[in-house]
Amino acid sequence: MHLFLFLLFGSICAGAAVNLLIQRKTINSALSLIVVMGSLALLYLLLGAEFVAVVQVIIYAGAIMVLYIFVIMLLNAGDEEQSKGSNVAKIFGIPSLFAGGIIGIWVLLQHRPAEKPISIGALYGPADQVGMMLFTKYLLAFEVTSILVLIAIMGAVVLARRSHTS
Amino acid sequence: MSAMTFLIVAVIKIAVTLGVLLTVVAYTVWLERKLVGRMQNRWGPSRVGPFGLLQPLADGIKFLLKEDLTPPYVEKNIYLLAPGLALIMALTSIALVPIGPIIHLFGISTPLQITGVVDASGQASDINVGILIVLGITSLGVYGIALAGWSSNSKYSLLGSLRASAQMVSYEVSLGLSLVGVLLMSSTLSLSGIVHAQLGTWFGFIPQWFIFKGQIVAFFVYMMAAFAETNRIPFDLPEAETELVAGYHTEYSAMKFAMFFMAEYANMVTVACIASVMFLGGWSGPPLPFLPAAVQAFLPLVWFSSKIFFFLFLYIWIRGTLPRFRYDQLMAFGWKFLFPLALANVVVTAFFVAIRA
Repeated sequence: MHLFLFLLFGSICAGAAVNLLIQRKTINSALSLIVVMGSLALLYLLLGAEFVAVVQVIIYAGAIMVLYIFVIMLLNAGDEEQSKGSNVAKIFGIPSLFAGGIIGIWVLLQHRPAEKPISIGALYGPADQVGMMLFTKYLLAFEVTSILVLIAIMGAVVLARRSHTS
Repeated sequence: MSAMTFLIVAVIKIAVTLGVLLTVVAYTVWLERKLVGRMQNRWGPSRVGPFGLLQPLADGIKFLLKEDLTPPYVEKNIYLLAPGLALIMALTSIALVPIGPIIHLFGISTPLQITGVVDASGQASDINVGILIVLGITSLGVYGIALAGWSSNSKYSLLGSLRASAQMVSYEVSLGLSLVGVLLMSSTLSLSGIVHAQLGTWFGFIPQWFIFKGQIVAFFVYMMAAFAETNRIPFDLPEAETELVAGYHTEYSAMKFAMFFMAEYANMVTVACIASVMFLGGWSGPPLPFLPAAVQAFLPLVWFSSKIFFFLFLYIWIRGTLPRFRYDQLMAFGWKFLFPLALANVVVTAFFVAIRA
């Protein structure tokens, strides 16, 4: 059952990711990205990490992608312009894609870690444990990230102000 | 409980909850028309059935039989997807709401909550990130509205959905933060756990609801943000008829329009459920020991539904009372008033929780 669900959501995720690349309309690509985020959240859920799964939905699908859609709506972005497709891309692109894929898989297999990968449903990540880790083991990274976000917010405010006055 | 019984119980719970929810949605529309009518010195619907009680049925038939036209210039797939998305997101979150305590029927005990189960120790338990899932579903609800406006390919729809998504994204922050105080005090994210944290009483009759335990400011912030989230007056700028015809659903007709309509009212019910679970103790209430045992069994449902009725009445009352905000007032209210207030509430609550611990 778990394996079936993993394969189902994994293939939905990969399919949506491919769809994201080949769609010509911006909005369709954005919608595919939402599907990718959603199926990733379901994969986290299968691992047993409920909190991470929900946070994935709230932050990525619920906040960041809304912003993307918002920008697409505001700019009313048109269709992507595509060239007719050059022969160079066909001759060199497709074989090198395959070669790259094979090399990638080979490297991954070579550098497989010694311990077994985590099994489905084994991860136990309730909110209090995640919070504990954030405020003890990863405190420095957490605080540095918050400063980074603060800088980003200040930058956005500065940019917004500047365009107002000029 | 075997897998088969579990499945049957789950299906029954889903069917009953969905049926009740849709009926409540239909009769909230009736109640709104009736109450706003009385507030404006009119009768409201009075022709179909006694007191106009069959009006929702007549409206439903009308929506089904009206010509369902799709304008030729719309982005067809997304145009068709949007109302379904809005309605599904609105109906899903009710699954997480604990409606009552554990009931024992035909030798099976199960809590009155779709996602709830009875655990090994005989206690009701549910998904332990329940409230976050509700918030997640709420934040996905924006898509229905945003995509409806964009795909309609009309100025009014686009402006309406831009307003709606900006407003919902802004008020979601305050909405989420206003719940943090309650979560700090109950130290759980599961909705049935939050109800269980409010079960006791003071002096035997004052229930220990979080609204009486110092979360009154959070309750105020939550209600304001919830009104904005559901696009109700005074925050109904996305569908301000004087400026935008009907906002994001201008181009929708017949059942597709009805789906947006139902989504809005289902969202009102969900928000009322969450408010009563988080602040008013869900299905718990002051004990009434003088009632016979047969009535006692139904008390949780009575408490819960009267709380929901109170919130729906409040929605309608405010609609009959207040004018609409201006857009800059809306944004300033959300970011400069509600957001700092919610943050301050989190800090103060955290301080007191830390002292107690």
